This record gives sequence, C-alpha cells and structure tokens, in this order.
Amino acid sequence: MRVLVTGASGLLGRAVAARVRAAGHEVRTFQRRPSGVPGVEDVRGSVTAAEDVARAVAGVDGVVHLAAKVSLAGDPADFERVNVHGTERLLGAAARAGATRFVQVSSPSVAHSGRSIVGDDARPADPEHARGDYARTKARAEVAALAADGDGMRVVAVRPHLVWGPGDTQLVARIVARARAGRLPLLDGGRALIDTTYVDNAAAAIAAALERADDDAVHGNAYVVTNGEPRPVAEMLAGICTAAGAPAPRWSVPAGLARAAGGAVEAVWRVRPGQDEPPMTRFLAEQLSTAHWFDQRRTRADLRWRPEVTIDEGLARLRAAAAHGR
Amino acid sequence: MIGALPAAAGATAPASLPPRGLDGLDPSFSRLVTAGPGAHTWHLLDNAEHLDRLGVAPVGTLLCVHGNPTWSYLWRRLVTGATDRAAAGGQAWRVVAVDQLEMGFSERIGLPRGLPQRVADLDDLTTALGLDGPVVTVGHDWGGVISLGWAVDHPDLLAGVVLLNTAVHQPAHLRVPAPLRLALRPEVLGRVTVATPAFLETTLALARPRLPRPVRDAYRAPYRGAERRGGIGGFVADIPVTAAHPSAADLDRVAAGVRELDVPALLLWGPSDPIFGDQYLDDLVDRLPHADVHRFEGAGHLVAEDVDYATAALDWLAGSTIGSRAPAADTPPADAPRPDDAPEAREADTLPPPYEPLWHHLDEQRDSTQTALVEMAPPGGAGPRVVTWALLARRIRELAAGLTAVGVRPGDRVSLLVPPGADLTAVLYACLRVGAVVVVADAGLGVKGLTRAVRGARPDHVVGELRGLTAARALGWPGRRISTTPLAPAVARALGVDHALVDLVDVGRGVDLPDEPSPDATAAVLFTSGSTGPAKGVVYTHRQLAAVAGALRTQYDLGPGTGLVAGFAPFALLAPALGARSVTPDMDVTSPRTLTAPAVAAAAAAVDATVLFLSPAALANVVATADDLTPADHAALARVRTFLSAGAPVPEHLLAAAGRLMPNAEPHTPYGMTEGLLMTDATLAGIREATAARTDGDPGGVCVGRPTATTQVRISPLDDDGAATGEPTTEPGRTGEILVSAPHLKDGYFRLHLTDRAAARDVPGSRWHRTGDVGHLDDEGRLWVEGRLAHVVTTADGVVTPVGLEQRVEQVPAVDRAGVVGIGPRGTQLLVAVVETRPRTRRPGLAPAELADAVRAAVPGPLAAVLVVPDLPTDVRHNSKIDRTRLARWAEDVLSGRRVRRP
Repeated sequence: MRVLVTGASGLLGRAVAARVRAAGHEVRTFQRRPSGVPGVEDVRGSVTAAEDVARAVAGVDGVVHLAAKVSLAGDPADFERVNVHGTERLLGAAARAGATRFVQVSSPSVAHSGRSIVGDDARPADPEHARGDYARTKARAEVAALAADGDGMRVVAVRPHLVWGPGDTQLVARIVARARAGRLPLLDGGRALIDTTYVDNAAAAIAAALERADDDAVHGNAYVVTNGEPRPVAEMLAGICTAAGAPAPRWSVPAGLARAAGGAVEAVWRVRPGQDEPPMTRFLAEQLSTAHWFDQRRTRADLRWRPEVTIDEGLARLRAAAAHGR
Repeated sequence: MIGALPAAAGATAPASLPPRGLDGLDPSFSRLVTAGPGAHTWHLLDNAEHLDRLGVAPVGTLLCVHGNPTWSYLWRRLVTGATDRAAAGGQAWRVVAVDQLEMGFSERIGLPRGLPQRVADLDDLTTALGLDGPVVTVGHDWGGVISLGWAVDHPDLLAGVVLLNTAVHQPAHLRVPAPLRLALRPEVLGRVTVATPAFLETTLALARPRLPRPVRDAYRAPYRGAERRGGIGGFVADIPVTAAHPSAADLDRVAAGVRELDVPALLLWGPSDPIFGDQYLDDLVDRLPHADVHRFEGAGHLVAEDVDYATAALDWLAGSTIGSRAPAADTPPADAPRPDDAPEAREADTLPPPYEPLWHHLDEQRDSTQTALVEMAPPGGAGPRVVTWALLARRIRELAAGLTAVGVRPGDRVSLLVPPGADLTAVLYACLRVGAVVVVADAGLGVKGLTRAVRGARPDHVVGELRGLTAARALGWPGRRISTTPLAPAVARALGVDHALVDLVDVGRGVDLPDEPSPDATAAVLFTSGSTGPAKGVVYTHRQLAAVAGALRTQYDLGPGTGLVAGFAPFALLAPALGARSVTPDMDVTSPRTLTAPAVAAAAAAVDATVLFLSPAALANVVATADDLTPADHAALARVRTFLSAGAPVPEHLLAAAGRLMPNAEPHTPYGMTEGLLMTDATLAGIREATAARTDGDPGGVCVGRPTATTQVRISPLDDDGAATGEPTTEPGRTGEILVSAPHLKDGYFRLHLTDRAAARDVPGSRWHRTGDVGHLDDEGRLWVEGRLAHVVTTADGVVTPVGLEQRVEQVPAVDRAGVVGIGPRGTQLLVAVVETRPRTRRPGLAPAELADAVRAAVPGPLAAVLVVPDLPTDVRHNSKIDRTRLARWAEDVLSGRRVRRP
C-alpha cells in the first residue's frame, strides 16, 4: 500500500510514518519541513494550498492525516483554515486520487465540554460544545472526515489523548519549560486522574486503524486511544519533570481560581499576543483539574491493538533520552 | 356521604382511550369494554392481543385493580414486563389492568359506587371478558380491597393474590390515618377531592424518589377538571370509618374471606406510607400467614412507582407453581434437589441432627448450685454478679409464666433492647420457652439502624432497660413495653411501660406455661450489621438455633462444665444452651474497642475459663493493653485451652499476638455470618500451614479453614462482569461467591422475600445460602475469603478481588491498613489503593511519591492511584470490616478533582 502521512515532522507524525514504513508500506510524508524519517518520500507543502495537496495525494492508497494547528492560543481564523478547510481539502483530493483508506487523527477534546470524564468511551464530536479554537476546529474536521466515509474510501477517526515521549516539543517541552520557570501549578493538588499516551503506542494504534479500516465494524467510527493507565495529574507531571531533570511541581492552586485566571489571561493574550503561549488558559485549567480517563475496551477490540510501552517504561525512555541530551 | 360532594361529582361522560404520548404507556394495550346490566364502558390495559400475535397461550391472567386516585397507568410496567417476558420465551401472563368506573378513562356515571357495587362491577367486567382462570388478582390501595372482594367471590378461578400497600381491616386499637380523617371531614371532602386536585397531588407527592414530571402528568391526565374527579371524592367518602357505614359490613365480609384464602400470596410493601403503615401489613400477614412478603425499606405508598415491583411480581409468579399446569422441566422448584446432585450435596439436607430444645440443660440442672453465669459489671455497678443454674432456671420459669400472664403469646415478636448479661439471658430463654419470637438487634447498629430494624420487625412487645425504652418512646417504636427495672409510676407512664420484669414474677405466680413450641416454629429474628444497606432480619427456628449450639459443641468441645469468656454477645446467649458456665467481661458492648486485657483476665479467672471468645475489634485493644496484666492475670489466661475470634476476618498477626497472651491456647478463627454462625474454622497453625503453601499466582485472601462437621461449601464462579453466575463447584482455585449449607443455617429473612430468593438463587439443593462473600477453595479443601461480592473490581483486564491485594499492600512497611477499591464504570474500572499509614497521616490525599512507588511495586497489576487517609471507613458493628463501597465513592470523588472530605 502507498500511504501518505501528513504532519510527519511532529513527534507523533514521525513515529507514525516510521511505523507504517516498518510495516512494509511505501510512505510519503507531507509537511512544510523535512520529516527526517528515513526511507520515506518527503513532499513539502501545506494543506492550505490546493496544488500542494494534489501533489501529495497523487497515487496513494491510504492517507493518515495528522497535520493540524495545535496550540492553546492564536488567531481563530488560522485554526479554521488549517484544521477545518485543510482537512476538507485533503479528504476531497484523496477521494479523487483514488485513496481507499483515510485515518483522521483527532483529539478527545472534540467531544469534551469541560466536565470530568470517568471511564467513558468516545462520544460523537461536538463542535458546538468543544472548548477552545483547537478543539472546536478539530471537532468540525472529524465530523467532515467521518461524513466522507463510504464505499470508495473508508474513514476511521483516532483520538490519542495527551501524547508524550522523547523529542516532544509540545506537551513534554511545555511542561518542562513551565516547571523550570516555576510556572507549573498543580490544580487542587493534582488529584485528577488523567489518561496519557506514550508516543509509540499512539503511533501503533494509528497504524492499526489504517490496517483495520476495511472492516465494516471499524470504519466510520471514532476511537479514543490512551495507554489505559490513568494516573493523578501530579504524578504524571512529576514523572515527566523528573525524567527530564526539571523540578517537580510543588505549589497547588484551587482549580476555580485557575480557571478564572485562565479566562482573564486568555482575554488579555488576544489583545497583546506574545511569542509564548499564555501561562494559563481556561482550557488548560480544566484539563489539569478534572478527571480524563477513558474506556479502552472497544478501541482495543476493534483495532486489535494494545499499548506495548507502559507509562513507567515510557518515563524510563524519556529519562534516557534526556540524559543523552536529545 | 356522596351528598357532601360538589355537583361536578354527578357529571357524566363516556369512556375514552387515553391520549397518546403518556410516559411509558404503550397505547396498543388500551381497549374499551362494555359490561354489566348498566352497559357501562371501561377502559382497560390488556395484552391479550399481543400474546395472540406472539402465538403463545397465556398461563393465566393477572387482574390488576388500581386504588384512589390512580388509574390503570399504575400497572403499565406489569403489562409491558409480562408481554416482554412472553416474547422472550418466558411464562406468558395475560395482564388486564382496569380503570374502575368513574376513574381513569372509564365511564363517568355520576352515581356513588360503594364497595359492594365496585366488587360487583368488577365481576360484571370479568364476566364480559370471559375470564376463565387461573386468575391472580393484583391490587393497590382501595384496589386491593376490591381485588380481594373479587378473589373471595371467585374461589374457582382464583390462583393467587398480589397486594401492594392496602388494608382490609381497620385494627381496633388504631385510628383511621390522619390524612384520611382530614379528607373525610364534610367541609373538606368535596374541596380536596373533587373541586381541586389536592388529594390527587398529595398522593403523587408521596412517591420516593419524586416522580418525574411526565409520569405525574400521566397520572393527572384522566382527572383534569372537577367533573372528571367525582370518583376520587366518592372513593374517599366510601371509607368505612364507623361500623354504621354502608360499606362496613362488606369490608368485614372481604376481610373475613381473606382469612380463608389458601392460594399463594405476595405482599409487596412500601413501609414509608402515611396511610397504610406497617400495622396494616401485620394485619394482612395475620390473615395470610403463608404469604411471601417483601418490605422495600425506603419505599412508600406508591410502591409501584418507587421500586421495580413488576419484576418482583413476575419473578414470584415464575418461581411459584401457579402458572405451571404441568411442572416445567427446566425450572425445578427451588427446594427440590437437582437430578445431577452429588450424593454429598444431599447429606446435610437429609440428616437433621437430633433436636434438643435450647433450654434442656436448664431443665436438667434446675437444682444445681453450680455457677451458670457471671456478670463482671452488672447494671447498677456493684461487683461481679454470680447466677447459679438453679437460680437461672427458676428465674426463666418465673419470667415465662409472667410473660404468659401479661399476654405474650406463642408467635408474638418480642424485641429485646437489653444489654448482654444475666437479664438478657433470662428473658431471652423465657421468651423462647413460651414460643415468642425474640427480636435481637445489636446496639452496634447505631440508633438509626436500630430504629429501622425494630420498626421493621413490628414487635408486639419491647423489653428494655431505661435507656432502650426511652429511645423506643422517643423514636415511636411499636409494641407494648416491659422494663427490666422497676420504674417510678410517672416515668413508666411517660414511657408507656406496662410492666417491669420483677412484676412479672408476681403476676406469673400460679400461671401454667404453654406447651413447648414446635422445633420448626420461628424462634428468633436477628438483625445483621447492615454494612451493605439497611439491617436485615434473619429468621431462625428452634431447631436451627439448637443446631447452632450443636455446631459450637461439636467444633470446640463445649459442654457442661466448660468455663467460657463470652466477649462476643451471640456466644454469651448460647452458653446456657451448651450447658457451659459463661462470664461477660466488663466492657461497653456498643464499643468493642474498649475491652482491655485485664478485664478479660479477670473474667477468665471468675469462671476458671478454658474457652475464650472475642470479637476481632476487641482483640486489637486486648493485645494493645497486655502490658497491664498482673502475674495472676497471666495465670488465669494460661488456663485457656481454646481461643476464638469471630465476626470478621482476623489478621494472622493479631491472632498470633493474642495467642502469646494465652500460651496454652490454640487460637481459632471461625468464618460465619448472622445467617450461619459457624461455617468453617481455622486454627492459627492451620493458617500458617496454608499461608506457607501459597504460590505466587494464587488470588490470595484470608484463610478461614475447613468447613465444620455439618457444613458444606461450594463456589459459584464469577463471570467477566463480576457476577456469580457459575455452576457451584468445589474445584480448587476457582474464585466466586461462597455458598454454604448446614443444619444451623438461617430459615430465611424477615419480610424480605426478594432477598430470600436472591440468597437461594441457583443453589445445589435446599438449605443453601449465598453469602455475598467471594473466595476460593484450595487443593486441601480450605476456604479463602477474598472480599465481598459487591466489592469485586471489574477492570478491562478481568475481575479482581480486593483482599489479596490489600494483604500485599499491607506488607509495605509504612502501611498500617489498606483498602483496595475499583472506581469508574463496571467493566473498565481502575484499581485504587487507600492506606492508613504509620504514623497516621492527618490529611487525606495523594500518597507521597515514595509511598506510592512502594505500594505499586507490592501489587502485580496496575494501580491508578495510591491515596492516604487518617482512618479507613469501617462498619459500626465490628469496627473492622472496611466499607469499600463508601471508600470507592470517596476515591472516585477525590480522583475526579472534586473537593476532598474524609472518607
């Protein structure tokens, strides 16, 4: 199978491209920068440009779509252009190019309205109630992708939750940077249980979804993917910080206060955007103070996948990578 | 009386079908039927056509009659449930639920219809329908009376009766319930029942929990407007408050007729009913003594809305012989042995031990001046009180005669609110001797639990000390009162006390005792600790209680001459039945943790004890206060040969520590429950041997030893949902619900028919009990308890029992005690360990990283979190069983980011 992986310069995209390649498929990647994945064909470009997209999908059998604008703040129009219109463009182009499988990499936040999640399975994406521009636009993208599922092209949505691992410039780097700056509070003592996903497990699940997309019980569905080992936020953050050689967070802030502060900071940040992201957003405050863990039974059964790397093993790899200065 | 109603009550209107869209009501069940000489039209729910379409012939008909001011909507779940079961291949019952004339969507004739007329109306309808039996009547409120009227008149068709909160008789000593008295006042009647919907709304407000709005609207649907509500006023006016009332004679006829009914009966009762309280249930049980009864604690007048009565009724029918014209091949009656029974499964059933009444040693030793019992701290405060066999036997005889003289009859329930000691022992045996049923509720239940237990048991008499009687008065407990001590006349009057125990001796002088009760008569109702919900009354017959004594005698070689320290109330009470000499140590029975080692030693010395019983909670403090023992104390304890700790699993280290205080004693820990007091027994040496033989992969648990001589144990394996659905087996290593059988097992539960059924579900023969505990048998036939069935954790990777994991966590040096619970939805639960630490933490929350790591390393599977608490929640009675249900709720809250309280 010839497979296009978009957004392969990111942590997860790279891992997916390598995994699909290792499974014996021909892999083409599509992003603005070189992917750095050995053995793949790099096509440079943006999902916002129609001719770039047409070049990328030419001759592929399957698409794994990871490219997205991922951020806690920014211009809402950018989110819409990349996440919604970019996905719609790619879906149309892939179908026209004769692709038969399409894996939309989504996020559990597309169905999350801010309350705690305690052992729920994936609910339908809900653009109306999703929190923040990222989640809202990703929700619309997933709705569009699943609507494109049909006899010609089989679509599966995979929602990995909080992906982390060595070389992560998103979650791990942000946590460590905030911890070093002493700007990583524990909300309500960090008691809320959260599911996270070690990067290799997420990549394996996405690769599994590509393989399983032709099964009638699988395509057309959305699957949340996690390590299935929820931990209290405080423990997870401490584990990541310690592995990376940064101090573990110690100070605790009441969640209500953080949420209010997050809202205020967000409002100010819109007016005077800086280089960095806001120190606290309402979305982040919710993420860090309410439980988020999922029922993985359907995901594991349908995708015939199980996580191979435990949280503890993942942290050990993170520690080893940090020691080697990567 | 109808004259007191407004003119609107005389309005007429034809019958109609209910509007569509009423919550939970399938319109296809509705039909109109014209019946009787008046050619009046009825609306009714009827699934006859549905059954016909399914191609199944009904086994009979449920004729359902609503009360006032409801309508056939009350029975919607029964109609739907019966139809669904028929569709699923179960027993097919036709259900006919009527709207009585003037009510619901039936015709408004505008004329008063008294009880005799309404019974005749129902007869007209069933004639028009051509009902040819078998018929089971189902009634609620006034519909109960009318359905029973029909039942009494149709013995040829009648196959059974089901009743929900109703009454057929106004007990002479009770007034008509206050709400009805108010509604019946002429100036009020028309206004509250017809002119306004007040009566209707008040009734709907009785639901517990509150009815959803769409359901309330459905109940209101046929009663919108005063001219639709004449029937409501007519029904209230028809309540025969005096003997002169036109319906009084007919009510008496029905009430008397009910006494003659010999068909199976089911009473489903909501005790929190301001109209039909428990006293009416008593009256019905008196008339239908064979009835199966279930009291739904917390449910009220609208019991049909408060609980799933439909499933209860349909299960009851399926388990009865009513619907089976020929016995069904696949469902043998619960008490018939299955054809594939192993021979040993029947042994316990077919060989009842010889029966000796509980008081036979008292009779034999009636002239003995030997010590029967000693109270180290009798009420009143003066030193030890010693009672000889002769004195105890005489006292019991005198009290028995006195109780008879003041009207305690065989079968009467007598609640004993007396702390353990000589008084309790004497009055208990006196009650047993006269055939009264003793109701014993442990003060350890707490006032709330105790109140609920005593209320539910409906004692005819309460015997108590001042404190108990004061509580009985303040909390409105039923029953006539007898005080253990003489009270000043004013106090006695204030507490409603008729007699003191000392007076009974006088009034009983010259009174003959009744015949000894039959061995199979009910002897006692004992209330369980209620660690999982309200306390349940456990019923024992004389034969079964005697078998308890027999089991103790055989297992521990207890008998005449044995000196016994009874630090655990049930054993203190059984000592005279064993002929043993017993002593109650100086302790606060409501707080077993207060017992000290010197108090135990003093008690042992007082009766030259060779056997010592303690509760596990008491044991911890006894061990903790061992340094206070004098050399004489040690000498007394050195004479003990057998030491038992019962009531909850005892940790090995505690048993060993207690063993060191009694160097010549073999420590035992029996396994049992209120439903069966001695099922297995383990010695400390046996536990050590079993523990040493453990392998890495075994599920762990507390070893409780081997079944006693007359007990059998089976395991009903768990399925992936954590339910005990497996065929009962003795196969080693299978984890499942523990099933026990023994001659000394309970007879049943008190007025908890559904609980009886659940405890005897899918068991290998008669006299088996599902314990609600989970565990496994090992290769040597030893039983290991792994926790409560309700506390089994269902993770995505399988079912996990808590005790084995807790034991591993408790191996971590910083951990004192651990509770392992599951949080989240069943099937995908996460394991969480909650620990008490050494030293105690002051604030509950996440465990520090080092502790969390150590705890995680101690268990094989993943733990989502490790939490620390100052104190784990435990049950009131034993102070030792961890309340994992509560702990799980707490842990889920904490780990969802909600505010942290103490568990």
